[in-house]
Amino acid sequence: MPRSVKTLAGWARTAPSRATVLSGDEVASTEALAEAIAGAGQRGVIARGLGRSYGDTAQNAGGLVLDMTARDRIHSVDAETGLVDLDAGVSLDRLMRVALPFGLWVPVLPGTRQVTIGGAIANDIHGKNHHSAGSFGQHVVSMDLLTGTGEVRRLEPDGVESELFWATVGGIGLTGVILRATVRMTKTETAYFVADTERTANLDETIERFSDGSDEAYDYSSAWFDSISTGSKLGRAALGRGSLARLDELPAKLRRDPLKFDAPTLANLPDVFPNGLGNKLTFSAIGELYYRKTKNKRGQIQNLTAFYHPLDLFGDWNRAYGSKGFLQYQFIVPLDAEAEFRAIVRDIAESGHVSFLNVFKKFGEGNRAPLSFPMPGWNICVDFPIVDGLGAFCRSLDERVLAMGGRLYTAKDSRTDPDTFAAMYPRLDEWRKVRDAADPDGVFASDMSRRLRLTS
Amino acid sequence: MIDAVGHPSSLLLLGGTSEIGLATAEKYLEGGPVRVVLAGRQSPRLADAAARLTRAGATVETVEFDARDAAVHTEAVRKAFAGGDIDVAIVAFGLLGDQEKAWQDIDVAVELAEVNYVAAVSVGVALSAEFRRQGHGHLVALSSVAAERARRSNFVYGSTKAGLDAFYTGLTEALRGEGIGVTVVRPGFVHTKMTEGLSPAPLSTTPEKVADVIVSAVSSGKEQAWAPAPLRAVMTVLRHIPRPIFRRLPV
Repeated sequence: MPRSVKTLAGWARTAPSRATVLSGDEVASTEALAEAIAGAGQRGVIARGLGRSYGDTAQNAGGLVLDMTARDRIHSVDAETGLVDLDAGVSLDRLMRVALPFGLWVPVLPGTRQVTIGGAIANDIHGKNHHSAGSFGQHVVSMDLLTGTGEVRRLEPDGVESELFWATVGGIGLTGVILRATVRMTKTETAYFVADTERTANLDETIERFSDGSDEAYDYSSAWFDSISTGSKLGRAALGRGSLARLDELPAKLRRDPLKFDAPTLANLPDVFPNGLGNKLTFSAIGELYYRKTKNKRGQIQNLTAFYHPLDLFGDWNRAYGSKGFLQYQFIVPLDAEAEFRAIVRDIAESGHVSFLNVFKKFGEGNRAPLSFPMPGWNICVDFPIVDGLGAFCRSLDERVLAMGGRLYTAKDSRTDPDTFAAMYPRLDEWRKVRDAADPDGVFASDMSRRLRLTS
Repeated sequence: MIDAVGHPSSLLLLGGTSEIGLATAEKYLEGGPVRVVLAGRQSPRLADAAARLTRAGATVETVEFDARDAAVHTEAVRKAFAGGDIDVAIVAFGLLGDQEKAWQDIDVAVELAEVNYVAAVSVGVALSAEFRRQGHGHLVALSSVAAERARRSNFVYGSTKAGLDAFYTGLTEALRGEGIGVTVVRPGFVHTKMTEGLSPAPLSTTPEKVADVIVSAVSSGKEQAWAPAPLRAVMTVLRHIPRPIFRRLPV
């Protein structure tokens, strides 16, 4: 494949930019990658996976972008130890299909399986099991990082280069190119969940469900909540909580093939949607449907799509927002900020900015990575169609999140400013020091690193 | 980069004392921090402009730039980009001049042509090169409705803006595949220092309103914009009115 110049954007399709993209055979050998990095020039280089980050993390205007998806070898799977050795371009979807027959489950799954191992580490992704399993970086046993000086460093979480390991976890590709990793998988007897679903009537009940200790009984938990209804329905939610099913919990029919990869999809959405389709009327109607279809039911056996990835029923669902795209606003605030947190949820509902995909989850402990997003607290994710006034509204949210000691998630952010980001991540300078040492010439750069002035 | 909600991190004003340019900077500053580079001749007016934007929350740099001296344009533009990427650049300099002198006095006519047209083309070439190097950016050129149909009372000015307008309209096409946007803005009569003492034409507007038009055109990727917007329809009609009638119109 020849070098080509392409326009790249994040999943939300906002702020696209042009870059020279290397892919296929051009990224196949480590020597070729090292050469590309050495010759990257002033505009620098960044690795890109499947482009599921919403903002500008994996694009690099005027520079070089390494499409890593061609590096997709799974080198070994050890059913005994649960360790999988694989290339950074392997997707979680493929890893899951390959590992399931061995009784191994991907330890951390985000809202989509279409992310690469490299992206999972670089964004330190989390899933519904954050409170029980932490984020992705905590399941990485070792990784190979190609640095700005062209050397490959083997990094381990507690090894001599642990600092660079943790700077790379959540380091959005700015410490180097992740080539390969060994991941510790979770052992499972089945590919199904035993799930409890329930509805809450309002925000008080929703917060109560996540605070009364009931969450601890489940390995996986999160809620869709209503961010449009105000008044007594404000913050009502549909909760889905569960754990991986044991073999003896499955009905006889499923027991015959308990590790079957069972994640149906219906259709890919075509790119024909006009702007403005995502409005209060449509979102209220779909939300009402979703809320009502959730029954208060215990001990259901659900497959991956039903329990975890209902959105995957529709491929390319981001197209439904039209050409203007949308903006995902995900933030976390500490548990003690509950009162102000309630006020924010109310103000979002009353803002006139409508969001349909609203996720609510209580997070567990964070990890050692300076730029890792999760910490114990209330995590909220909403997504707004791009309309006038959205920038000012998000800025007002930034201020409040910051005042509560909270922060935004790099994989979602597409608009905050350098000072706000630095205040949200007080360990940013510590990260910079490690990063700069690994990349003394400042070769690694992205649109996000320039927007947030992450690198010098 | 211009972010997901249309907010730039940096702005370059060529013609650092332009009232429309400064109003646009202030409009952007309402949406968050912006680094502003003011390119102009060192003068108390430029210092005032810098102070005004600093007060509004901008980080301001100034770069020496004289529209009359095309020889130094490339260097001035290069300096403007030296402090980091420029997300939006506005070609905002221009002269109105004394229209009656302008068609009778060679020096006045040539100065108008050099500043409004030659310099606009020269910085357009320099800006295109920088934007292509950085792989993104948005260029705004301030044209005028006079470029669409000049009147007896302002045809020298109108002719220079017609040249600028054609150049930047063409540049829009040339840069289209490169991920770089160009917007040609055509204001009507704007109440500024430049038009002080002149009797305003119908649908006259203010620098702040032109700034609104610029900000919204850039964020929606519009290639042509009129300020105020109804002038688009008005000019479409005026362009086609036969000369014997046009010269009698009170516009």
